[in-house]
Amino acid sequence: MSIDRRTFLGTAGLTALAVAGPAALARLASGSQAGAAGATRWAMVIDLRKCLKDQGCTDCMAACDKAHNVPQIPTRAHEVKWIWKEPFEGAFPGQTTPYTEEVFKGQPVLVLCNHCDNPPCVRVCPTKATWKRPDGITMMDWHRCIGCKYCIVACPYGARSFNFFDPRKYIKALNPDFPTRSLGVVEKCNFCEERLAVGKLPACVEACREKALVFGNLQDPKSEVRELVRTRFTIRRKPELGTDPRIYYLV
Amino acid sequence: MFMIEKAVVGSRRYWTWIGVLFAIIVVGFLCYVWEHEVGLGITGLSRDLVWGLYIAQFVFFVGVAASAVVVVLPYYLHDWKAFGKIVILGEFLAVTAVAMAGLFILANLGMPTRVLNVILYPSPSSLIFWDLVVLNGYLLLNALITLVVLSAERKGVPPPGWIKFVIIFSIPWAISIHTVTAFLFSGLPGRSFWLSGLLAPRFLASAFASGPAFLILLTLVLRRLVGFDPGREAIRRLSLIITYTMTINVFFLLVELFTIFYGQIPEHMEHFQFLFVGLKGHAPLATLMWISVILAVISLVLLLTPRFRENEKLLPMTCTMVFLSLWIDKGLAIVVGGFMPSPLGHVTSYAPTWPEISVTLAIWAFGFLAITVFYKIALSVSETLTE
Repeated sequence: MSIDRRTFLGTAGLTALAVAGPAALARLASGSQAGAAGATRWAMVIDLRKCLKDQGCTDCMAACDKAHNVPQIPTRAHEVKWIWKEPFEGAFPGQTTPYTEEVFKGQPVLVLCNHCDNPPCVRVCPTKATWKRPDGITMMDWHRCIGCKYCIVACPYGARSFNFFDPRKYIKALNPDFPTRSLGVVEKCNFCEERLAVGKLPACVEACREKALVFGNLQDPKSEVRELVRTRFTIRRKPELGTDPRIYYLV
Repeated sequence: MFMIEKAVVGSRRYWTWIGVLFAIIVVGFLCYVWEHEVGLGITGLSRDLVWGLYIAQFVFFVGVAASAVVVVLPYYLHDWKAFGKIVILGEFLAVTAVAMAGLFILANLGMPTRVLNVILYPSPSSLIFWDLVVLNGYLLLNALITLVVLSAERKGVPPPGWIKFVIIFSIPWAISIHTVTAFLFSGLPGRSFWLSGLLAPRFLASAFASGPAFLILLTLVLRRLVGFDPGREAIRRLSLIITYTMTINVFFLLVELFTIFYGQIPEHMEHFQFLFVGLKGHAPLATLMWISVILAVISLVLLLTPRFRENEKLLPMTCTMVFLSLWIDKGLAIVVGGFMPSPLGHVTSYAPTWPEISVTLAIWAFGFLAITVFYKIALSVSETLTE
C-alpha cells in the first residue's frame, strides 16, 4: 500500500488531463507524454539574426522569469538564470576569429538548458533528482535535490543555477500557479513542461515578437523545427562533447 | 568499551589541547548553522565556482586516508618489521581522514538534511554513489582492523588470523577510494582541466607523499611530547617512500604540462594560466601556486640527497614543505583551477570567506581531536604492556 510521489504525480496529471477535456488530450496526442517513447522529441531553433534585431529586448527572459518565479538576485555571483544572453564568444567558444563577421562578434546570444540527448548532468546526479523524460525534457525534482551541485559542475553549458540564498525573497511578482524553490537546491529551464502539458507553447517562444524562437517536435517530419534544421545551416553549442544538444541556432 | 577509558585520563597539557580543539569546533559549528540558515552565499562560492575549499579539502583528506596503505602494505605484505609501531597510527589516521572527508562533503551540501536521498535513490551512474560506497567501506574496514589489532595487543595475544585477510583486502580498497574520487572529476566532458586519464594516478602519487609526510610529523611530535619512539628505521624508510612518491608526483605533473602546452589547445592551457599567472586580470591563487612549486623543488632536493634526507633535524622541515606544497596543489588548486574559466568563458576570483574558513578549521580540529584520542588510546595500551 505504498505509492511513490512520482507515480502519484503522474496519476494526478492524467486525472487533470481527463478533467481538462478532450481538447487538451487531442493536442497532446500529436506529441508529448501520451505518445509512445521516442514519438516526441522537443527541440528549439533560435534565429540569431531575428533575435538581434532589437538588442534591448528582454521579452522572452521576462516571460520566463514571471512564469517560473525565477528570483532576481542582485549579485552576479549568486544569480539564478533560466534563459539569458551571453556574448557570442562565450556561447560558441572558438567560433570567432579576429576577422569574424562583426554582426556576431560580442553580440548577445540567448542561452538556456540544451535538453541534451546525452546529458552529463543526469549521469552524475546521485539521487536521480534530475532525469530525462521520454520526450527529451531534462527534468528536475526540487524536493529531492540535495544541493551537491555536481550537475552544475558536469553541465558544459553553465545552464544550471544554485540557490545560494532564499530565492523567495527575490521574486518580483509571485506566480501562484508555479512552485517556488527553496534555499540550497539547483534549478534550470524546464522547457515549460507545465505549459506543454496543457497544450501551450513555452513562455519564451510565445513572448517573442520577432518569432525568433521556434519550438516543436523534432520527430515530426512536418514540424517547423524539423523543416528549419533540414533546410537551413544550424549550429549547436559544443557538439563535439557528444551531449547532443536540442537547441539549434540559425546564424 | 572500545578502550575509551584510556582517553579520559591525561595531563593538564592534554586537557588544554582538547579544550582548544573543542573551542574551534564550536565556533565552526556555529558558522555551519549560519551557513545553512542564510545559504552558501556567505561562502566565497559563486555560480561559476560551485565547489571550492570544502571539496578540495575533501579530495585532500581522501588522499590522506588512502595513504595508510604506504605503511600497511610493506608491513603486512613484505613483513617490514620496522613499521610495527606506526602501522596502527597510519590506520588511525586513515579512519580520521575518511571521517573528515565526509564532514567536508556535508559542509558543501545545500540540503544536508536530504543527504540520505543518496541511499534512498541509489544511482550507480553517479560517481558520488560509488564514492559513498568505497569511503564508507574503507571506514568500516579500518575501524574493524584497528579495534581488533589493538584489543589483541592489550590482551597480549596475537591478533586473530582472519584479520590478516581483512587487512590485505583493505590495500586495494585504499587505492579505490582515491581512484573513485579522481573519477568524480575526470569524466566530465566540459571540464578540460580534469579530463585526463592521469588525474587518478596524480591523486594517488600526491597522496602517498603528503600522507606519510604528515605521519612522520605526527610521530615526531609524539616523540617529543610523550616519548613515543617509532624507531629510526621506520622514519628512514618512510622518508624514502616519500622521496619516490614525491618524485613520481612531480613527474606526472610535468607530463601533464607537456601534453597541454605542446598541444596548445587554448581551452586546456587556460586553466593552468589561471592558476599560475592569472586570466583576464584574476589571479587569486598565483602566489600560492608558486609557493607550492618552490616548496616542491626544495623538498625534492632535500629528499633526493641522502645526506639531507637522513638528517633528522632537517626531516621535519622537509616533511612540512612536502605537506604544504601538496596541500596547496590538491587541497585548493586542483578543484578551483577546473572552474576557471567557466564553460561560458567567465573568469571570477575566489577567496574563501571567514565563515567558510571557520567551518574548515573546525573539521581540522575535529580531525586532531580524533587523532589525539585515538593515539592516546593506542599509546596507553602499549605503555601498559611495557610496564
